[in-house]
Amino acid sequence: MGTGAAKIDEALPWGGLTPGLHEIAAAHGDAARAGFVASLLGRRPGPVLWCRSHRTALEAGDPYGPGIARLGLAPDRLILAEAAKPAELLWAMEEGARTKGLAAVVADGVMPDLTAGRRLQLAAEAGQGLVLLLATSRQSAASTALTRWFIASAPSRPEAEGPGRPCWTVELWRCRGGRPREWMVEWDDAALSLSVVAPMADRPLAAAVPVPAGPASGLDGAWPGRDQADRGGQDGGADGTDRRDDLGGRKSAAA
Amino acid sequence: MGLTAGMTLADARALLPDLTVADADPSADAKALAALTEWCGRYSPWCAPDGEDGIRLDITGCAHLFGGEAAMLADAIHRLWRFGIAARGAVADTPAAAWGWARYRRKSASPILGEGETAPLLPLPVAALRLEPGSIDTLGVLGLNTIATVVDLPRGPLTQRLGAAVLGRLDRMFGRAAEPISPHAIAEPWASRLIFPEPIGRREDIDAAAERLTAHLCRAMSLKGQGARRLILRFYRVDGAVQHIAIGTSRPTQTPTHILRLFAERLDQVEPGFGIEAIVLEATEAEPLGATQGALTAAGDIDATDLAGLIDRLQNRLGAARVVQLVPVESHVPERAEVREKAKAPSPFQPAAGPLPLPLRGRGAHESPSTSGRGRGPRSGRVRGPSILKSARPATLLPIPEPIDAIAPVPDDPPLTFRWRRIQYRVAFADGPERIEPEWWRREDQAKPRDYYRVEGTDGRRFWLYREGLYGMVEPPRWYLHGFFP
Repeated sequence: MGTGAAKIDEALPWGGLTPGLHEIAAAHGDAARAGFVASLLGRRPGPVLWCRSHRTALEAGDPYGPGIARLGLAPDRLILAEAAKPAELLWAMEEGARTKGLAAVVADGVMPDLTAGRRLQLAAEAGQGLVLLLATSRQSAASTALTRWFIASAPSRPEAEGPGRPCWTVELWRCRGGRPREWMVEWDDAALSLSVVAPMADRPLAAAVPVPAGPASGLDGAWPGRDQADRGGQDGGADGTDRRDDLGGRKSAAA
Repeated sequence: MGLTAGMTLADARALLPDLTVADADPSADAKALAALTEWCGRYSPWCAPDGEDGIRLDITGCAHLFGGEAAMLADAIHRLWRFGIAARGAVADTPAAAWGWARYRRKSASPILGEGETAPLLPLPVAALRLEPGSIDTLGVLGLNTIATVVDLPRGPLTQRLGAAVLGRLDRMFGRAAEPISPHAIAEPWASRLIFPEPIGRREDIDAAAERLTAHLCRAMSLKGQGARRLILRFYRVDGAVQHIAIGTSRPTQTPTHILRLFAERLDQVEPGFGIEAIVLEATEAEPLGATQGALTAAGDIDATDLAGLIDRLQNRLGAARVVQLVPVESHVPERAEVREKAKAPSPFQPAAGPLPLPLRGRGAHESPSTSGRGRGPRSGRVRGPSILKSARPATLLPIPEPIDAIAPVPDDPPLTFRWRRIQYRVAFADGPERIEPEWWRREDQAKPRDYYRVEGTDGRRFWLYREGLYGMVEPPRWYLHGFFP
């Protein structure tokens, strides 16, 4: 399944997103993630199972029908499932991943551990389904996800007097069998298409940091320096994890 | 021992000094009788409590399953005796005859009255007609003590003397008037039952029984082109307790594997106790189900049955209210523009949702993005009427708008900076305001008008903010964050 932008598809070893587990992260409260996910799902037919806990729904909000329609995802394709316990959410995701005909299973705020991730991956392979894990930051924990993305809102080209078309920086920071890459994309909600654009010289990049209001704030990974340092450490860990995952996979297959 | 009903306690104590005395509890009696009636469902689906101390069963077409009427009655009496209940039973053509025969026959007489057999009823006392005590006394004064003496009397004078009740009871006893039984629970046309020679208790046995029942029911339903929407599995335990598991499906189904999977999640809840002696599967709701044709659908088509199965499983485990779909509603208030309804699987005959947004359901509630304007460009500032439906809406909406600290210079301008969840954001661009008035026709709605702004922070994040209230009012306006634009 293509992402909609040819340049991104080229960088992926499968020429798009392959059935399996994919992690898509963004800073807390950044709807760029919802935008990117909705634009992906809009390209794939079938209903979408959107799982989240009651708390996530309250804190981060739910997809809003009239808004996601502009991202190419018809609201009547969404099936929202809510569970009280993480175990029930994982069960619901696995059931969804096994079901043929779903466009994808999206899980907001659920981070499966390695075993659960492996189970999900196997279920997704069996059902040829896409499982998208929505995370709120670059999780340092090892993951069985095939790709890990970080999406951030980017300043848009202002039109007339207001904000212009949605712009996001899409960072593929880990990809099994691929290289980390980063793109700037723009969503055209008239043509329902995603296109890679060149970062513009006149973007106010220097000001693209929220001003921390107190000592407790700014923990959302908004500091570029810190991000960079984290990423360096995670890449090594993730590679190590990879090998362990594969071993685990063979084991479970043999069992 | 000489004790009779209606005796005073003092007289009874005089006869039996160490008599155990308990207060009568009619409501508990009625409850126990209702439970026993439910238990009687193992013999016939058509059973009802009869008065304070009886249960009547319509066993038409059921007796042969238990080896005939006599064997069935003996079995019931024996099982009741095991529960510690001394019961008297009778089988007769009419409920009234069975009532009288159970209570007033001689001990040596057979409890079964054959078809059309009315002669044995004639020597019974008139009390067997189930008359009011006053009528019995009057008949006694007239010397009419047995049914035989009443049955041949001329009908006119009898009615004049005693009212219509005596004749009515006589007619019911001899089948000249109908006496329908209104069943304790409505019998389901779709039911299959399994009665075990030995009580079962192991999980594997219960699973196997459920599988047999489901297969049987589904075969019967598919012959009639029906599918089940609600199913109940009842377990009759040896000690008389009845447990049940109910499941619902989003589309009519007659697929045994699907039904079994739904039940399998809940079979753990069954406590067999000392054993389960009967299991009954009923479809309490059924709908016509068209014939299914799988072979001609293209390989890429959405498998609606698969999807229906998924929704059923999710709803049965997580709760129906927790698996929902978004349905647009015609309202200009953002939080009312959609409601959540219990998710339903698409019908196989209805084209599944494609990759592009479907056209509007309900006028104008969803604008197709390809045709709608984006609400960009210079605006009059006050947008009213249907045109606001064309304006931009966020991808994510907070269920409860969150108050923010905003600094806005001029009363009608968007904020320059605001703080949400302890982080300060500077606004680079803003679009608005879009005035959304409360729905005044809702009496309970005491909301104030809102002015919505679409703002972009200097870091590129886009928010949907609003100012509630107007400047110059008693309460100063307050700012809220309501959603996020992608």
